[in-house]
Parts: sequence; C-alpha cells; structure tokens
Amino acid sequence: MSTVTLTINGQEVMVPAGTTVLDAALGAGFFIPTFCHDPANPGFGGCRICVVEIKGARNLPASCVTAAANGMVVETESPAVVEARKTILELILANHPVDCLTCEKSGDCRLQDYAFLYDVKGGNFGGERKDYAIDDSNPYISRNMNKCVLCGKCVRTCEKVEDRAVINFAYRGFRTKVATALDSSLADSACASCSRCVSVCPVGALSYKSMAGKARVWEVQKEEMICSWCETGCLFDLVRKNGKVLSVTAKTPGDGKSLCLKGRLGMELRHNEQPPTPMLKKDGEFVEVSWTEALGLDDILDKLK
Amino acid sequence: MSTLKETRSGIEEQYRQKMNRPRIVVGLGTCGIAAGGNKVMAAIKSEVASRGLDVDIDITSCIGMCYAEPVVEISLPGASSVVYGGIYPDKVAQLIESHVIGKVPVTELAAIQIPRDATPYEGIAVMEKSSYYEKQVRSVTSRLGRTNPESIEDYIATGGYAGMEKALTMERLDIINEVKKSGLRGRGGGGFPAGTKWQFVHDAAGDKKYIVCNADEGDPGAFMDRSVLEGDPHAILEGMMIAGYAIGSDEGIIYCRAEYPLAIRRLNLAIEVAEGKGILGKNIMGSGFNFKIRIKAGAGAFVCGEETALLNSIEGKRGMPRVRPPFPAHKGLWQKPTCLNNVETFANIPFIIRNGGEWYAAMGTEKSKGSKVFCLTGKINHTGLCEVPMGITLREIVFDIAGGILGGKKFKAVQSGGPSGGCLATEQLDLPIDYDSLIGAGAMMGSGGLVVMDETTCMVDVARFFLNFTQLESCGKCTPCREGTKRLLEILTRICEGAGVPEDIDTLQRLAKVIKSSALCALGQTAPNPVLTTLRYFRNEYEAHIIDKRCPAGLCTALLTFAVLEEKCIGCGLCIKACPVGAITGEKKVAHLIDPQKCVKCGACVPKCKFDAIVMA
Ligand SMILES: Cc1cc2nc3c(=O)[nH]c(=O)nc-3n(C[C@H](O)[C@H](O)[C@H](O)COP(=O)(O)O)c2cc1C
Ligand code: SF4
Ligand code: SF4
Ligand code: SF4
Repeated sequence: MSTVTLTINGQEVMVPAGTTVLDAALGAGFFIPTFCHDPANPGFGGCRICVVEIKGARNLPASCVTAAANGMVVETESPAVVEARKTILELILANHPVDCLTCEKSGDCRLQDYAFLYDVKGGNFGGERKDYAIDDSNPYISRNMNKCVLCGKCVRTCEKVEDRAVINFAYRGFRTKVATALDSSLADSACASCSRCVSVCPVGALSYKSMAGKARVWEVQKEEMICSWCETGCLFDLVRKNGKVLSVTAKTPGDGKSLCLKGRLGMELRHNEQPPTPMLKKDGEFVEVSWTEALGLDDILDKLK
Repeated sequence: MSTLKETRSGIEEQYRQKMNRPRIVVGLGTCGIAAGGNKVMAAIKSEVASRGLDVDIDITSCIGMCYAEPVVEISLPGASSVVYGGIYPDKVAQLIESHVIGKVPVTELAAIQIPRDATPYEGIAVMEKSSYYEKQVRSVTSRLGRTNPESIEDYIATGGYAGMEKALTMERLDIINEVKKSGLRGRGGGGFPAGTKWQFVHDAAGDKKYIVCNADEGDPGAFMDRSVLEGDPHAILEGMMIAGYAIGSDEGIIYCRAEYPLAIRRLNLAIEVAEGKGILGKNIMGSGFNFKIRIKAGAGAFVCGEETALLNSIEGKRGMPRVRPPFPAHKGLWQKPTCLNNVETFANIPFIIRNGGEWYAAMGTEKSKGSKVFCLTGKINHTGLCEVPMGITLREIVFDIAGGILGGKKFKAVQSGGPSGGCLATEQLDLPIDYDSLIGAGAMMGSGGLVVMDETTCMVDVARFFLNFTQLESCGKCTPCREGTKRLLEILTRICEGAGVPEDIDTLQRLAKVIKSSALCALGQTAPNPVLTTLRYFRNEYEAHIIDKRCPAGLCTALLTFAVLEEKCIGCGLCIKACPVGAITGEKKVAHLIDPQKCVKCGACVPKCKFDAIVMA
C-alpha cells in the first residue's frame, strides 16, 4: 500500500494513502475534537469542530473528511483553529440548555469536555434558544432535542440497519432538528427501540430511561457482553454501580448489527436483579407484556406444555 | 450523416419569408405575462380578426427591457421593425391603425427599432444605439425577444444546432480544447473554468457519466437563467448535448425550480420536438451518438442550487451539501462522474463551438472572458436583463444601461451576487466587472443579480435582509452556518432596533470570520459577505445606529424620533386622538408636544396631521 508523508504541528508523519488528516493527527498523538465523526459511518463533515489549518488552503478544512496528502503542512491548534473551535463551541452552547448539574451525560459529554478544554464558559449572544418538549413517549429512550448538537450520528447509525432509517434531519436553518417521519413522537414512529442511536450520541440528547437518576457516569463500570440470542453477535454493556447491575445498554454499533430489543431485554432478565418491566408495541401503543412474550417464547412454551 | 444539413436551407428560407410578412410579436416571458402580456395578445388577435387584416401574430420571450413590459413588436415587409413598450390592451387599436394599416409608427410609444437593412424611422432609437443597449452585447441573449422560443424552426434558422453538427465532426478532446480556449468560466457563481471541468469529467474513470444543468436560480432578485430558459431553451439542450458528446455521456438532467413553470413547459416542448426531429435521443443526426434529457423539478430551496445538494435532491435525498472532494466531476450523481454546469454556461457552448474559442475569448478581460448576463433591479430607471462584456464598469451598468437612479436620487450602493455577494459603494463604481475584481472588493459575481440602492436605503437593514434569507435557507448541516447566521441576524436586528452595543461590531466581525472559514459549503462561507462589506464600506452607519441611536437613512423606525414642528402645528388635536399611548399633549390652538419617553414610534399620528406638522428624524 502506498503511503503519504505530511507535517503535523512541525512533526513529520507517514500514513497509508487515503488516511484522513484527523486519523493521521490522532495517530501521531495530536488531539482533535469531533462531534459528528463516527468511524463506522465516516464522511459527514458537519459539526466543523475538527477544523485544522492546512497551508495553502483557502479555509479551515474539516480534518475528518480531508485526506492526508504528500507535503501537506497541518496545524491542529493554531490561533485561527482555536478561534474557530471556541466560536463553534460558543455557538453550540448559545443554543443549549447547559443543565450539566442534572444531565445524565455529565462527565461523559463531549460538549462539556471541549468547553473545558477550550475554556469556553458559555455562549452568550443573547438570542433565541430552541425550546422543544422532551419526547418521553418511548418506554426505553428519552429524547431531549434541546440538547441535540445536530451531529447526525443517530441518523446515520439508525439507517445502517435495513428498513429502519426511522429518524432524519427535518426543517431548515435554525429550526433544523432530528425528527421521525412527520415529526411524530418516537413511540408513534417505526422505531425499534434498539438504542443504537443512544450509544452514539455525543451529548445528553438521547438517554436511557432505565438509567435516569441512578448514577453519575463516573460511578459506573461497564462490562462488554455478546448477546447469545441469535448468531448476529451484537455487543451490549452491563452497567454496574457498586457491583450491582443497573441496566443493559447498547454498545457502540460498528456495523449494521440490529442490536434488537429482544436481545437487550433478554440480557436484562438474565443479569439484572431488578429488570425493567418489558413493554412492547401493540396496535400502535406500548403496553406491558410478560417476559415470555417479550422474549418471543410464548409459542415454544405452549409446545412444551 | 446529417439529416439537419439538408433541411437547414429550407428552414432558413421559410424563416426569411416569415420575417418578410407583416408581423405583430408579443413578448411572453414571465415578465411580459406578469405585466399583462396575455391580455394584450388577446386584444391584438381580436383587433386583427375584426379588421380582417393579413398579419401574422407570433410570440417571443423577454427582450430584456422588463421595465417596458408589456412589449409588442411590429414589423412590415422591407421596413424597420419597431419595439413598443408599455402596450396595454387600450393602446392596441391605435398601434394597429397607425402602424399596421397606416404604416406610420407611433413614435411616442416606441422604445427601440431594429432596422433589418431598411432605413430607420425618424425619432425612434435604433436598438444598438439606444441608451439601454448601446453598451450591451447580444451573444448568449441574441435570440431573447427576437425568436419564438417554442419554434425549433426559429432556432435552427438562426444557427441553432449548427454547433452540435460541427461538434459531431470533431474529436472529443478538440471540443474540450475549444471550450478551454474560450476562457468560459462557470456562470453559476463560482467561476470555475468550464473546459477544465469538462476535461476532469472526460478523464474520470467510468462508462456511465451524467450531464446536469443547474437551473435552480434561487438568489432573490435574479432571473437571468429564467430568461434564457424561457427565451432560448434549445440552446441549453444543444449545450448539454455537446457536453455529453465531448465527455462521453448519454444522459442529461435539467434541475429546474418548480417556480419556473413556463421554463419547464418550454423545455419539455423543446425536448419533445427535438426528439421528434432526430436531433435528440437515439442516434442523433445519424451519428451513432445517443443522448437523452429529462427535467427534474426542484422544490425551491436555495441550498439545492449548491451542486452537491442538488445531486442529493435528484437522488431523492434531503438537499444537504456533501463534502467535497470527491467533486461531482469524479463522484457525482449516483456516484458517477458528472458534469454539472449552470444554464448560462451551457447556453454559451453552441456559440463557442460554432464561432470558435478565440472568437469568445476576444471579448472580456484577461481572466474573465466573454460576456455575462446581469439582472438589474432596485432603485434604477431601467430594471431588466442585460448582457455586457466582462470588464465593463459598474458605473456604466448603473448609469448608462440602467439609466441611473430612480427619481434623481443619489446612488448609494449596489449588491452584487445576491445573498452570497456584497454591497459595493460609490468608490467601487469604476471597478471593471470580472470574477476576481469583485471578490477582491469583498463581493462576488454570483449568478448575476445586481440590486441598486439609493440614499434612502439603510445599509444595516440591507445586511439584515440578506442574513434573514441565508439564515432561513441554511440547510442546517453545519454548526457555523446554522447557528452563526442566526446570531448575525439577531445582532443586526438588535442594531436596527436601537439596542445595539459597541461590542456588537466586534462580535459580528468575529462570527463572520469563523463562519467564512469553517462552514461546509459556499452558502455558509459566503453568507457573512453582506455584513462584512457593509461594515467595510458603511461602518459609519453601524456606528450611528449603535452609538448615536440614529439611522442615517431614516429607515429604521425604532431609531426615529417623532416631533411636532411648532411653526406648522395649529393645535387641532387630531394627533392626540390618533396616538394609542397618549404620548401627545397640548392645549387647543397651541402647538402640541410629543413625549419621546412615551412615544412607541408607531407612526399613527403622521398621516392624521393635515398640516404635515409631525416629522420623523
Ligand atoms: C447556496 C448556493 C446556491 C447556488 N445556487 C446556484 C444556482 O441557483 N444556479 C447555479 O447555476 N449555480 C448555483 N450555485 C453554484 C453551484 O454550486 C455550482 O457551482 C454551479 O452550478 C456550477 O456550474 P458552473 O460551473 O457552470 O457555474 C450555488 C451555490 C451555492 C453554494
Ligand atoms: S432506537 Fe434504534 S430504531 Fe429507534 S431511532 Fe434509535 S437507532 Fe433508530
Ligand atoms: S440526538 Fe445526539 S446523536 Fe442525534 S444528532 Fe443530536 S446530538 Fe447527534
Ligand atoms: S454552510 Fe450552511 S447550507 Fe452549507 S452545509 Fe453548512 S449549514 Fe448547510
């Protein structure tokens, strides 16, 4: 495979051809922040927090979608880059609730981390903020679009599974939001409650109801588990606090694996001493069901009777 | 090979005969129709029928003098042809009686005449010498207002499809070289050299390639492409076919905004007729070259004019720009190499192939060759469409072609390039227009919209107007554009409302800089231009709003103070009744007083005063 050599922050770096500037920099030990970059679904280039300075370029290119080239001279923390990143963070924060004190994501939130890193106290342009009602209609997932930074990761991961593509961008300009078809509630959509979207969200816009109010992120330990319901082999996390399982969460889905609800519920039942009440959608409404029904075992049990 | 060559002479002869008959032609472009052209047409038909006259009636498209619509042209055999302006149905009888029957043109209604080898009439300006046209060229617009856009015969008789015929006898690379030689740069705004783009698509690997024509034209105040689409649809088809042949594509798509129904109708008709004549479709003119064209109607989002958003839209996806590279030339529609050009770019191609690249390059400046179509709007005497050689100055366009400022007011600024462009001031009037000089001045050629503003225009308000547009039209994909334009708009609004603070100028500048340098597509990258140019050339107006709480143009209501002129006020009390907040006081027959603390600046009192005693300042 051919390689290219470029200079990043004064250091010569050699990478395989086709590597992005982002990966080249990360590989060489230089940090670059990202919101929308998902290694499993690359090429979006929307959030612009990963911009860098490249000698000779007219603007500040987004490093996640710029291929490294021979002779390229890259600066990842030049004054122009820092000014752009700070301003982008300010712009995001100016349209964000900033309720970190009670946010589930606090401590594991990219917005919080980058604001700290770039010393951005808040975005105060004194203007309008989005004000959407929280969508609590789905029994497993809470969607607070006021916290959404529109990175689109959820959109791209959802459409990775065949026949899903439940959510997409809707509206334009400042009103842009991620929405289901016709902007209905999540419960009224074709959502499969797989929660892959929750696992990729860089901020607290999407969260597990099963975790709500139970722990700060630094209090929990995660253990990776492979689901054994079918041969797909989806990965989940057992989330423990003080040794006790609180919940089973979807692990960052790298590919089109379905991460189905049945699998997750099965793991809840197996590992969680206090599993949540299983809910399934029947005639368009979520209703409580028995565990055997939730796990699709009714007909087998009938035969065993 | 050619089936066209044999028929061409016949078609030309028929056209000569048609032009030598008594003819009345009505301008039925969108502008003509909007001005009532269809009613004029009906009146002409009934007048001609009731008098039993032997006169042909025909249609044409916009000749460019939108300010003079409805436009009617009358030509008699062997005589100069006269173009009349402002012809409403009530003028029709007079025209027909005098000009058609009496053979005496109605001088006071005439705008221009086209002598056609005959002796010009006295007292009517000859087109090329008229104030509107003297500094113009008529190249890509040569058929506009002159031929019937719904007639393929008119097109062929005026040299149409000769470029295609010639191209079919050329080597593909020679065609591309001819376009390179012409120096033609993309007319959609970016100004990328067309020949170079064609070379890229030609060289790109792949057996399926597409030609896409960008007819989205979403700039407020721009209608160049619409005029060409409506006035010369075959030229666009021919340009696309030549491109298809040169780069090796068999399929073209015209992405035309649905708000242009007449353009879409005429394009569809042109496609149908051209296919019927074997000029388009399979085995074109017996050459073995296949090319089909279809139209995709766009739903009218400004961002869908951006090439990659446009391709997404054709694919049925949300109109959001893609990251580039890969450029459409390598991975375009359905990931195939795609040659995407603007309407005017394609419409220039047949002329370039017919007359040669050098012919085209002889016009214009060193780096911007040829001619460009502009739309003149705003506070000028002649609004309309004009085609000028590159390198002409803004002053010549504004004062010679557009006839100067309306009502004798003072020129203040001209916005070039729509929401992506900038406002240029008096000092830039002598700037020769080309891609690079406009960018140097902080504006842009854009697609060719020129909005002229006079002294009554508030420049902060202008910046606010454009930011309101870009803010609404941002696709929402990237942070700086989606969030940043909103904040720019809010700050500008605040300044116009008198609530601006001195730091606002710095904040505007910082936001503008970051949006320009970090937005994903050119919508965001250029959105701050109206703010930056107004700050650059009219900073004093910003300061007046922020510091003195004064709008120098007297336009921002919130910054006006209402006062009673003591010497004019007779103390009638009418204004007291009109004021909804009780801000006006005064005894009967004594001059009244407006309390500036209470006044909400609604302006209700002003029209009530019969003595013009209430002033705003
Ligand atoms: C927001 C935005 C809107 C645009 N709108 C148009 C348009 O309406 N028509 C057009 O031809 N080009 C438009 N462009 C430019 C196109 O992206 C593209 O550069 C052009 O169509 C290429 O053709 P050309 O090289 O012949 O100019 C727009 C660009 C942006 C960023
Ligand atoms: S839970 Fe799964 S199906 Fe539902 S929106 Fe999220 S990713 Fe899509
Ligand atoms: S909900 Fe989360 S993942 Fe989805 S777009 Fe918003 S911030 Fe990104
Ligand atoms: S610059 Fe604006 S229009 Fe372009 S991708 Fe970003 S948000 Fe969309």
